Amino acid sequence: MAVVKADLAACQGYANCVVAADDTFDIDDDGIVVLLKGRIPESDRARVEEAARSCPVSALVVVDDGEAE
Amino acid sequence: MSRHPTTVIVGASIGAVRTAQALRAEGYAGEIVLVGGEAALPYDKPPLSKAFLAGTVTHADITLLDDTTAAVAGIQLRLGRAATGLDLAGRSVELADGARLGFDELVIATGARARPSPWGERPGVHTVRTAADAVALREDLARGGPLVIVGAGFIGAEIAATATAMGTGEVTLVDPVAVPLSRVLNPAVAERFGRLHTDRGVRTRFGVGVTGIEGRGSGLRVVLADGTELPAATVVVGIGSVPNDEWLRGSGLTIEDGVVCDRFSQAAEHVHAVGDVARWFHPRHRRLVRAEHWTNAVEQANQVAHHIVHPGDPRTHEPVEYVWSDQYDWKIQLAGRTGGDLGHVVVPGADPERTFAVLYADPGGDFAGAVTVNWPRALITSRKALTARATFESVRETLTAQAMSVPMKGGTR
Repeated sequence: MAVVKADLAACQGYANCVVAADDTFDIDDDGIVVLLKGRIPESDRARVEEAARSCPVSALVVVDDGEAE
Repeated sequence: MSRHPTTVIVGASIGAVRTAQALRAEGYAGEIVLVGGEAALPYDKPPLSKAFLAGTVTHADITLLDDTTAAVAGIQLRLGRAATGLDLAGRSVELADGARLGFDELVIATGARARPSPWGERPGVHTVRTAADAVALREDLARGGPLVIVGAGFIGAEIAATATAMGTGEVTLVDPVAVPLSRVLNPAVAERFGRLHTDRGVRTRFGVGVTGIEGRGSGLRVVLADGTELPAATVVVGIGSVPNDEWLRGSGLTIEDGVVCDRFSQAAEHVHAVGDVARWFHPRHRRLVRAEHWTNAVEQANQVAHHIVHPGDPRTHEPVEYVWSDQYDWKIQLAGRTGGDLGHVVVPGADPERTFAVLYADPGGDFAGAVTVNWPRALITSRKALTARATFESVRETLTAQAMSVPMKGGTR
């Protein structure tokens, strides 16, 4: 399993992550990312990593579950 | 002697870096060589007219790929030498120092450069496309004095906003068209974005062309078609860009305002193009399109990487256009097709003075695109609707309902 980490201070609400994986990411009314899933199954990891790479401010990273900050 | 399969990526901006990363994510096991003309580590360009220009973020902050990350991902960086030629039959790229790089797959991602000032180049007159450009402009702005920006497109408007926030002196924004952002907005909507500048103290001279830039040192003068002379210590010329495709002339590829590609972003067998330099056949629009958008470069990088790793299962590149612009405290986002002669409806948001969406319909009445201002949820609704080909009325109804459900700032949440 993997987990997504979001830098809420960096997020600018560009919403590319939501368009790429709307089962994993949403944006609230203030334009800040909301993580819909704590854990990402390995089978979904490539798609969620692609969504993370689409973030214009690199606010998202996908790391192995249990990996240190 | 056989060597590993090698993908050479020419370019070092977002399209190039994301292609390299997507190749690894797709499981590509060959060599990846990334060639950049600039010596600096690959960096991201949207901040060059905003936080990087202001000096609030550093080069390290906008670096897309450092040596360690590149090494871990198995991406070889060959920086500081531009590609100067392509031998299509021999499958090699020639570099400025005469070296030749053989490839099995080539990705052209050389981007675009600022259209040069047609009024001559002289100290104090800037274009902004590279980090070095932005640093040079920042240094001139720090000396103070009036700034004149020629061109009220995204770059010009963002630099006006950034310079205003820096407080370096009077800012004047000039454009021969009567409103800003005229390439992407119709006049009735664009007029509101003109007021955004004047409300913040930027002087605008719209609807009058520039005939020359004169003077020297900090005593520059921008001469307008009506005879007005605008004194300037610094001038920015932001009048568009031209693709970096000259190095491919004579290579056998079709070069026409960019590298002409098919719907798979392929310019020739084993040759692909990504980002601002690519003019590909967009299946949805049924014509060749060149897009100078960050998100397009990233999506095209993914599509090309998939094609290289899965040559028997190529995807077409048919993105829904998306571009953003941050000006002052306004977050402006555009999706799909906007402006031109498309019909439009304005949907007010929770605080209509600063939150609204403009929805565009094509002549058949279908939803074509949207501009949203300070309303991220409306942007998401619009982008999803464009992908799903939802109807204009359904988007309008959804946004109207969203506007009513959002509490005003300062209200009870």
